[in-house]
Amino acid sequence: MRYLPLTDADRGEMLARVGAKSVDDLFVDVPEAARLDGPIHDLPLHASEMAVERHMAKLSRQNLSAGDAPFFLGCGAYRHHVPASVDHIIQRGEFLTAYTPYQPEIAQGTLQMTYEFQSQVARLFGCDVANGSMYDGSTACWEAITMARRVTRRARAILSSGLHPHYVSVARTMAKFTGDILETGMPTLEAAPDTDSLIDRIDDETSCVVVQYPDILGRIGDLSALADACHAKKALLIAVVTEPVALGAIKAPGDMGADIVVGEGQSLGVGLQFGGPYVGLFACSEKLVRQMPGRLTGETVDAEGKRGFVLTLSTREQHIRREKATSNICTSSVLCALAMSVHMTLLGEKGLRDLAALNHAKACRLADRLDALPGVEVINDSFFNEFTVKLSKEARPVVRAMAEKGVLAGVSLGRLWPDAEALANGLVIAVTETVTDEDVEALVSGLEEALA
Amino acid sequence: MSINQGGWRPTMGESDGNGDMPTYTGNRALMLEEPLIFERGSVNVTGVDIEEAPKVRSRLGGLDRNRDIGLPGLSEPETVRHYTRLSRQNYAIDLGLFPLGSCTMKHNPRLNERVARMPGFADVHPLQPVDTVQGALGVINELAVWLIKLTGMYGIAMSPKAGAHGELCGVLCIKAALEKRGETDRKVLLVPESAHGTNPATAAFAGFRVENIPATPEGRVDLAALRGRLGPDVAGVMITNPNTCGLFERDMKAISDAVHDAGGYVYCDGANFNAIVGRVRPGDLGIDAMHINLHKTFSTPHGGGGPGSGPVVLSEALAPYGPLPFTERHADGYITLVEEETVGDRHPDSFGRMTAFHGQMGMFTRALTYILSHGADGLRQVAEDSVLNANYILRSLEDVLDAPFAETGPCMHEAIFSDAGLAEGFSTIDIAKALIDEGFHPMTMYFPLVVHGAMLIEPTETESKGTLDQFIGALRSVAQRAKAGDQALKSAPHFAPRRRLDETLAARKPVLAWKEPSQAEAAE
Repeated sequence: MRYLPLTDADRGEMLARVGAKSVDDLFVDVPEAARLDGPIHDLPLHASEMAVERHMAKLSRQNLSAGDAPFFLGCGAYRHHVPASVDHIIQRGEFLTAYTPYQPEIAQGTLQMTYEFQSQVARLFGCDVANGSMYDGSTACWEAITMARRVTRRARAILSSGLHPHYVSVARTMAKFTGDILETGMPTLEAAPDTDSLIDRIDDETSCVVVQYPDILGRIGDLSALADACHAKKALLIAVVTEPVALGAIKAPGDMGADIVVGEGQSLGVGLQFGGPYVGLFACSEKLVRQMPGRLTGETVDAEGKRGFVLTLSTREQHIRREKATSNICTSSVLCALAMSVHMTLLGEKGLRDLAALNHAKACRLADRLDALPGVEVINDSFFNEFTVKLSKEARPVVRAMAEKGVLAGVSLGRLWPDAEALANGLVIAVTETVTDEDVEALVSGLEEALA
Repeated sequence: MSINQGGWRPTMGESDGNGDMPTYTGNRALMLEEPLIFERGSVNVTGVDIEEAPKVRSRLGGLDRNRDIGLPGLSEPETVRHYTRLSRQNYAIDLGLFPLGSCTMKHNPRLNERVARMPGFADVHPLQPVDTVQGALGVINELAVWLIKLTGMYGIAMSPKAGAHGELCGVLCIKAALEKRGETDRKVLLVPESAHGTNPATAAFAGFRVENIPATPEGRVDLAALRGRLGPDVAGVMITNPNTCGLFERDMKAISDAVHDAGGYVYCDGANFNAIVGRVRPGDLGIDAMHINLHKTFSTPHGGGGPGSGPVVLSEALAPYGPLPFTERHADGYITLVEEETVGDRHPDSFGRMTAFHGQMGMFTRALTYILSHGADGLRQVAEDSVLNANYILRSLEDVLDAPFAETGPCMHEAIFSDAGLAEGFSTIDIAKALIDEGFHPMTMYFPLVVHGAMLIEPTETESKGTLDQFIGALRSVAQRAKAGDQALKSAPHFAPRRRLDETLAARKPVLAWKEPSQAEAAE
């Protein structure tokens, strides 16, 4: 077998050194009843590289990939062009096949990269510090809610109705077991996000307000008044960013007073990948850092005085604090963080701003185009590269019918909120730099046909 | 047998005494120092050509960015060079043996990478209509079937994002099952002291109280003591098998039976599944839930700290409580995704959703590729070779290093040693750092906590006998130096990109993000 270097001669010599007659002697501690005497039945035997590749390629072809269709899906995962050098760098074996950097003298590559990533994310979010990544945006969001509980010693969180419903589901699942109380709601198809109603609901028992920016319908709300209202009641404002490219065009949540900013970094460097692996982003102010979950890399010096980097503040973490840790997270998403960091380095400030401007301009043009169609109404006043339209009929069948014709038209709100009739006609459409004029024509004519 | 049986060994020339000669750049030939992107790049430079945006009226809600972000950019050649230089300061499996115990650092086949990048897997959106992603759902389903059959379990949750997330999934299933039974007074989870830190952290996160299970002098769970502690307040146990001392829990079935008789559930930490895959099915030992680290046993790359993937296999008793979403294959081969939209009343006891989408698809494609490559026969050989390699190390070193459990029988996939017998003032860390100078990644140090100065060595099955022999030779040499009190070990490593780093300084004055020198000074 091509991945196993031992020869039968090696095995024989090694068994002799070990003092065993056969390898079975090494499994003597397994109770006899539980020993399998041969390969498990009805599972295939080993296969050549060519045969496996053929099988997997066949499965790959049974999907309509985004690059083969006019594509307008967003809602927490965005399709951007990823420069070729990003994939080249993350496939370097020294990054790809390294472990968590527990031996810093021989892991400076990962550690310096993580320090740079933390610095980039902190700047992008307008915060003092960021950690070295979480699993994804949804789990980062829940971790932020638990962090707010630790900081404020209150357990009542208010979640905006504009927060991604899957993020709400994750928080709800966890809160059932931890005893946190979550106030949640369903969005309405209105032009403005729910900021005012959030402000009205903050009281002395509120641990935090969680608000997505831009929100699930693409709307952008000013967070400053909300932050002030939170702080007046000593609650924290948690902002959730699912499309970091937006921050090349709009103000950073940290600059508007958010205490914790979390997000999904997938749209920079990582790709769609059917939902994972992605990269959770987590940033906060300096004074909260000791309550933060996840790994942190910090600067230090070595015995000769040279600058170097190490994992630090580990007394927050499970391998030191066990049941008293701030989180149970161990493995996070460092390789995806590398992909995001490389993409951000390639873009730089100028590139990110230009990219954001292009996304916004394309979205504005498409919104105007669609708003003029009979049976289509754009609900947003504000948006970045994603907006919501209200169709004259239920959106789910429209999306399915268009997919059958090879157009991936967007995410129907019925997919996200299956029981909400008031949202059934809603369709969220994302437009990135990858969308061409031909894609736009295909979407427009497809919608016209489906709504006729 | 090698063709040139004499092998090759480098010979050291006479030193000319110039080894410490400083260079103008600080570089040492191929060892290149690399500044931060913030010191190299500029906010006006970009390595991406972006077409000019058409002029439109901004609709950003009046929130147009009015302050610089401060993100440095580099041209493409400089970017590639920056990260290539950084990469060369990392040790990696691709460079050599990486014997971190309980981490299973095995070779990562490159076919896995090629497959994961096929457009039908890499370039599909998680919310596409299910008709357009039948192949992707097929991968999830096919991998799920393999994992269920390899473990002999009843059901599976594919969505957990890593090992600790899988632990949480299993523990939440236990909690949901107890709630359904109306036995919410069961608030204690019993966890051995030798467990990974994630076990108690997970139990606490899910609202359980953690109590310690005592161990026998042979490094295994003390069954009598466990039986004595079971009762109406105990929700279950979390046990690692093979355990973190590298030993198989001989009494596992009896432990499971005792826990079940007392009304509790058995969680198994599957981090060490590599030792038994294809030879033992945990389902035959009475396990109720076990996570599988695809980034350990099934060869998906660890990436310097993730992404991982932690599917959880479940017993018939716990399967009804598993999370959404999951796949369902119909008789005609069509696969549906059971999520909020489609769940209806078919899975009413599910505890809910653990993550936004369907789990680590990019890891599923890699793991399935690996599994199909090995097949049922190859996976069995994986377990056998990993166990043989570990025993070979154990028996080749037990005369120079203290091996606390060596007399009780063979080890599984990892060999454990203690720091007993080293010279006064010498400990595991000195051996570990000296191994760095020998060109090896050190073993896991000071874990598990039950062995003093633990050195936990897991070679995995992808190492050749030649590599093991070289490692054994190096570790013998270092151990003898540590026993003789060789002071040079105390300042090792000498030849790594950095000498020992000041971790105390890093924690006392945390510098976690780069600041412009002027700002950094102002903050002093």
